[in-house]
Amino acid sequence: MTSRPELQAEVLQPTGTLPDEVEAPANASTFLRRFRRNKVGVIALGVLVFLILVAVFAPWISPHEPNQGELSRALEGPSGEYWFGTDDLGRDVLSRLIHASRVSLLAAALATGVALLIGLPLGLISGYFGGWIDNVIMRFNDALMSFPALILAVVIVGLLGPSLTNAMLAIGIVYAPRIMRVVRGSALSVREEVYVLSAKATGCGAPRIIGRHVLPNILSPLVVQTTIMLGLAILSEAGLSFLGLGVQPPTASWGSILGRAFPYMSRTPTTVIVAGVTISVAVLAFNLLGDAFRDSLGRERRDQ
Amino acid sequence: MTTASKQAPLLQVEDLTVQFPTPDGLITVVDRVSFTLDANRVLCIVGESGSGKSVTALSLVGLVQSRGGRISAGSVRFAGEELVGRAEKSLNTVRGRDIGFIFQEPMSSLNPAFTVGDQIAEVVRRHRKASRRHAWARAVEMLDRVGIASAAQRAKDYPHHFSGGMRQRVMIALALACDPKLLIADEPTTALDVTIQARTLELLKTLQREQDMGVLFITHDLGVVADIADDVVVMYASQVVEQAPVRELFRRPQHPYTAGLLAAMPQSALENNTPLVGIPGVVPQPHRLPSGCRFHPRCAHAQPGRCTTDPIQLRLLDRGLVRCVRAEELRDPSAAQAEPAPIEGVTAQ
Repeated sequence: MTSRPELQAEVLQPTGTLPDEVEAPANASTFLRRFRRNKVGVIALGVLVFLILVAVFAPWISPHEPNQGELSRALEGPSGEYWFGTDDLGRDVLSRLIHASRVSLLAAALATGVALLIGLPLGLISGYFGGWIDNVIMRFNDALMSFPALILAVVIVGLLGPSLTNAMLAIGIVYAPRIMRVVRGSALSVREEVYVLSAKATGCGAPRIIGRHVLPNILSPLVVQTTIMLGLAILSEAGLSFLGLGVQPPTASWGSILGRAFPYMSRTPTTVIVAGVTISVAVLAFNLLGDAFRDSLGRERRDQ
Repeated sequence: MTTASKQAPLLQVEDLTVQFPTPDGLITVVDRVSFTLDANRVLCIVGESGSGKSVTALSLVGLVQSRGGRISAGSVRFAGEELVGRAEKSLNTVRGRDIGFIFQEPMSSLNPAFTVGDQIAEVVRRHRKASRRHAWARAVEMLDRVGIASAAQRAKDYPHHFSGGMRQRVMIALALACDPKLLIADEPTTALDVTIQARTLELLKTLQREQDMGVLFITHDLGVVADIADDVVVMYASQVVEQAPVRELFRRPQHPYTAGLLAAMPQSALENNTPLVGIPGVVPQPHRLPSGCRFHPRCAHAQPGRCTTDPIQLRLLDRGLVRCVRAEELRDPSAAQAEPAPIEGVTAQ
């Protein structure tokens, strides 16, 4: 019985929100509020900011020259001078990792950029206009998606010749259908909204409706997908570079460091472990950040 | 403006027919609808849900296509100019500038991603080639005119900051921002509370008088019709069943369906101290229309043979149009009162 007055007080407490405010989309301030409460997301963002800072300041923070080594000191284990040891040419693994973060992050951004450049306009056109255009684009999309991503990337690199730019172009093309799907699906639902019809009734043409009324309202799923795709692109770049199809020596990426250290795994396991952990952490951070964005942007999932 | 277009009525709709493809084949949702609206007049289209009134409104400015329908016949002339069959580009110069449109759902007809001021200014900039600042000033002015307090501040708010009634005011401001000559309002007050509804109607009436607009008002609420209309078109099962000036229609409905709608108004039942009578049955589906008069399965006065076999034509009677073969006979006061239909009298065919 003692708890009863408290209970009533709680029930009678005015909530201060109107029903229509509850269903309002997440704007910048509610997004920030929700995101800050998501500990995993904040940590993931912290990790990524750290990696980006490392990439930006690479020449200043790396203890050694990344592409110069002493052959006499090849394949050493961790020491005070070489924290993570040296590779088969006696180069400092830590310095190479630090410089490689530039390559890997930039490559991921490039690949995601290409995927967006292809996937976003095609997805918008497909979803907004529907009909035969949609059919043509989506069948092409299905065909592209039915290939295993990395195999297709290998084929494209094989055709264009191995280089980091080509590898990233290939990964961008391979992942464009994922962006396209997300964009198309969202555009498909937004185009049925009354405000789109209302925009038509005020004399908006199709390009303006797509740019002003559809695109801003599909941004949340797009941001989520893009973030997760950055992680995927890092992984794919690492894969292609591991195989020697990506970055060309002496430049290093996380994947090529891993690939180069692989034959000497029994002698210097640290290099493999450190490079692998770096890749995993970066990919995981992007994925967790994407999840946190999705949760904070609302509308997507409500099972908290 | 030429003398020819001055003489032409503001909006002239002739034999407008709209069809939708469905798995069961083409269905006709608007069937040879004709009406005329002059400048500075208010025409109401009344009907139950599914009578085709909203589709009629959408097809006037070529918007029905984006809902899957197509105009298969008829003409819509706006100030003498044909709109049916025009290219989207040329329609886009008419929409929003000469013809304003208000939708039923105030909660979802504004883009959640932009401030309301932005959305109004956008329309002004496009149609008037106004500068950013002028367009914004116009947006604030319009918000002020539709009765939004401290409009300069509220223009920077997003749609979700507004209540339903306020959003509908924003929609009105948006529709009227370019001083259209014609306003099409598709059930603009249906989603609102009665008090808000009355104020919104009052606002629309005031703005209509101030701007000398023609207003096409779609509603199912006869109370609203009595309040705002000059002329009334009653639609039933995709067709016009009666058209008359508002006083005529309320004083002496010619069609049993109109009489039934009037008898189903709580106000009239209270005033005349008669029981509140509903019309039995529902509007027939467009692909399952009865033969003869489309209303006969629900009509208390239907006669086998006369009403049930041949399609009934719309014909001139007194000052209006009616689609009923028994209209004259039913004028006899005893019959004109829509008496409660005995259930066995509802002849299902």
